[in-house]
Amino acid sequence: MQSFPCPFCGPRPEPEFLFVTEMGKTRPEPAAEVSAPVWAAYLHDVKNIKGEVAEVWQHLPCGQLYLMRRDTTTMAVLGVQSFRKGGAA
Amino acid sequence: MTRHYSALSVLKEGLTGQKGWTPAWRHATPQRDYDAIVIGGGGHGLATAYYLAKSYGLKRVALVEKGWLGGGNTGRNTTVIRSNYFYPESAALFDMSLKLYEGLSRELNYNLMFSQRGMMVLAHSEGEMEIAARSTNAMRLNGVDAELLTRAEVQKRAPILNFSAEARFPIWGAVNQPRAGTARHDAVAWAYARAANALGVDICETCEVTGFVREAGRVVGVETTKGEVRAARIGMAVAGQSSHLMTMLGSALPLRTYTLQAFVSEPVKPIMDTVAFSPKTGTYFSQSDKGEMVFGGALDRVPGFTQRGNPPMMEAVIAGLLEMAPSLSHLRMLRHWAGAVDVTPDSSPIIGPVGDVMISCGWGTGGFKAIPAGGALLAHLLAKDEHHPVSRPFDISRFATGALIDEGAASGIAH
Repeated sequence: MQSFPCPFCGPRPEPEFLFVTEMGKTRPEPAAEVSAPVWAAYLHDVKNIKGEVAEVWQHLPCGQLYLMRRDTTTMAVLGVQSFRKGGAA
Repeated sequence: MTRHYSALSVLKEGLTGQKGWTPAWRHATPQRDYDAIVIGGGGHGLATAYYLAKSYGLKRVALVEKGWLGGGNTGRNTTVIRSNYFYPESAALFDMSLKLYEGLSRELNYNLMFSQRGMMVLAHSEGEMEIAARSTNAMRLNGVDAELLTRAEVQKRAPILNFSAEARFPIWGAVNQPRAGTARHDAVAWAYARAANALGVDICETCEVTGFVREAGRVVGVETTKGEVRAARIGMAVAGQSSHLMTMLGSALPLRTYTLQAFVSEPVKPIMDTVAFSPKTGTYFSQSDKGEMVFGGALDRVPGFTQRGNPPMMEAVIAGLLEMAPSLSHLRMLRHWAGAVDVTPDSSPIIGPVGDVMISCGWGTGGFKAIPAGGALLAHLLAKDEHHPVSRPFDISRFATGALIDEGAASGIAH
């Protein structure tokens, strides 16, 4: 079984982790001026990159969200980073 | 030369040393210019090329495939064909496909081993029986065959299921679709390739699309590993690779690529002559003509393009199988594989134009059963430049209008 690193708990088995979303989406503002296609793109469109990706993951037992870089063609983990300022690496 | 397949031709070739058989399709190198290019040599792409030539009379059609025919999800599924959907739009789409399958072996002159052995979706409680009755009624209203089975009727059809008093998920009954079944998956790809090639389609394997050719802001062709190929009409049916190709055109899709695993056991004598699915375990299984138990379950939890599965989902699917049919714990596993499937937010496909390209994608975990309809509809879009009534609800614009066809929620399982 693959291990994923949690910046807070260290390496843990894959079923403890939840994929949340891709990094890099910005919510279109102001809401009143956002057209339906732009809002739909924000809600639904994803890059779905074949190769190196930056994603938000959650380690379910500790509940923390963090950034994980992976390669979606090899499943190798390239690095993790806490979203906390000055927090765990 | 023997081109037509029949009992007589098998006999004739048997008596004359098997020397007259011709290759089922010719390996072509793409020319510079076509009426239409179809990207993707899986079932959907091959069917599209076939219907372009057969139904719309296009003479110059090229099909480009980066690997070998049927090497993606067409060769990596569990061969189940069904149309037991809840919403009218889905029922129209998948029953169109099932109806085409019903005449396909004859039409393509190729034995697809299509076997309408029925499929049962099990219900495990009184509440689930009420939902099962609702599903049965919805299917019937949609013009799809459906029957609600009692526990005793399920036991008669599939006695190897778990009818023990200690079963974790006791069987109360099932929704059965008698016309559902299985077919030989590779044969579907090969039959469409052979029939398309006989109508003049150039089938170009190991010919990967590496980019698109644009002129005056319009897409007029594709760059491939075997040179530039041009056509006014470009269709794409590349499943898990759809986002990757559309990124080259600057378009993002509402698709995420996941791994879907499937498994076969060693072959045993006939013990299961229908397909069973348990929404509680997420596992479904059938027995192949060779005797192997063929089974699968839900998507892996980690997005990716690897075409190999992760052990946690393997364990979940096998545990589900053994809950459904405990006697199968004696079987050894023979093979296991995985495909890269393209999943949309509403678990329904996307069919229609995106920019200058006609795409058919988002079939997710259920693309194999949809091959004939997916091909017929993409061919219609390419030839007529407008939707067929069956494909219109599946246009990508539904994500902006909000008219989603949420089959994931309707069936209550993770697609």
